[in-house]
Amino acid sequence: MPLSQYLFFFLSFVAVLSALLVILDKNPVHSVLYLIITFFSIAGHFLLLNANFLFIVQIIVYTGAIMVLFLYVIMMLNLNKEIEPHKKNIPKVAAAISAGIFLMSLIALLKGADVNLLPAARNSNIGLLENLGNVLFKEYMLPFEISSLLFLGAMVGAVFLSKKEIN
Amino acid sequence: MKEVLIGIPIQWYIYLSVTLFCIGIFGVLFRRNAIIMFMCIELMLNAVNLLMVAFSRYLGDTGGQVFVFFVMVVAAAEVAVGLAILMMIYRNTKSTDIDTLNRLKW
Repeated sequence: MPLSQYLFFFLSFVAVLSALLVILDKNPVHSVLYLIITFFSIAGHFLLLNANFLFIVQIIVYTGAIMVLFLYVIMMLNLNKEIEPHKKNIPKVAAAISAGIFLMSLIALLKGADVNLLPAARNSNIGLLENLGNVLFKEYMLPFEISSLLFLGAMVGAVFLSKKEIN
Repeated sequence: MKEVLIGIPIQWYIYLSVTLFCIGIFGVLFRRNAIIMFMCIELMLNAVNLLMVAFSRYLGDTGGQVFVFFVMVVAAAEVAVGLAILMMIYRNTKSTDIDTLNRLKW
């Protein structure tokens, strides 16, 4: 078995296990930390797929910015203890059953799919910053500019929503 | 670095992404804490990102990775607005439990 398969299995195991712990841990701060581990292992998958730029962006944007925002909100709301009251078990069992059925049906659907792709050998460096930047600023120029407008709108919306109302 | 992908079929990436996506769905249905539900939505977005990067690598097409970049942009904007809404909800109801927001229920 080549080294890449060991790496794949290790990263997948870490990702799935910590993703499950995000849901099953009662403490929201621990959930955020487990989600950071999941994002790091997905970043490792990006590196395995030779997508260097997305590897860096995943670490900077997801684990650096978004998760810190989550931690910040949890700190401001003072949610670091278990406040979830004990609920009935029927919705939880229903959630587990429906998610399980969805997973089973997707896997059954994909078992019949005939996808036999080998890694495209001719240009394996498409994930490098130079190529990605060329494509982004030539073919995807308009979506890039529109996304800056989206960010402006999100920023205005966040400031407006979190402003205290003065009556 | 060039030959590192030899031996990993695309099916493995498909199954991994499906599993992560279903864990995200399970979390949204299972937990009632709005912050955890947001985090599960982020998990689902990441599963889709992983699959898009895998397909772009296997097909030799750059477009998939550019789309992952745009998904990250939209996710960042969504988290900023969503957490602001969450702060407003907490200010009004003193909890992040979504079962207290049942006024639209008949």
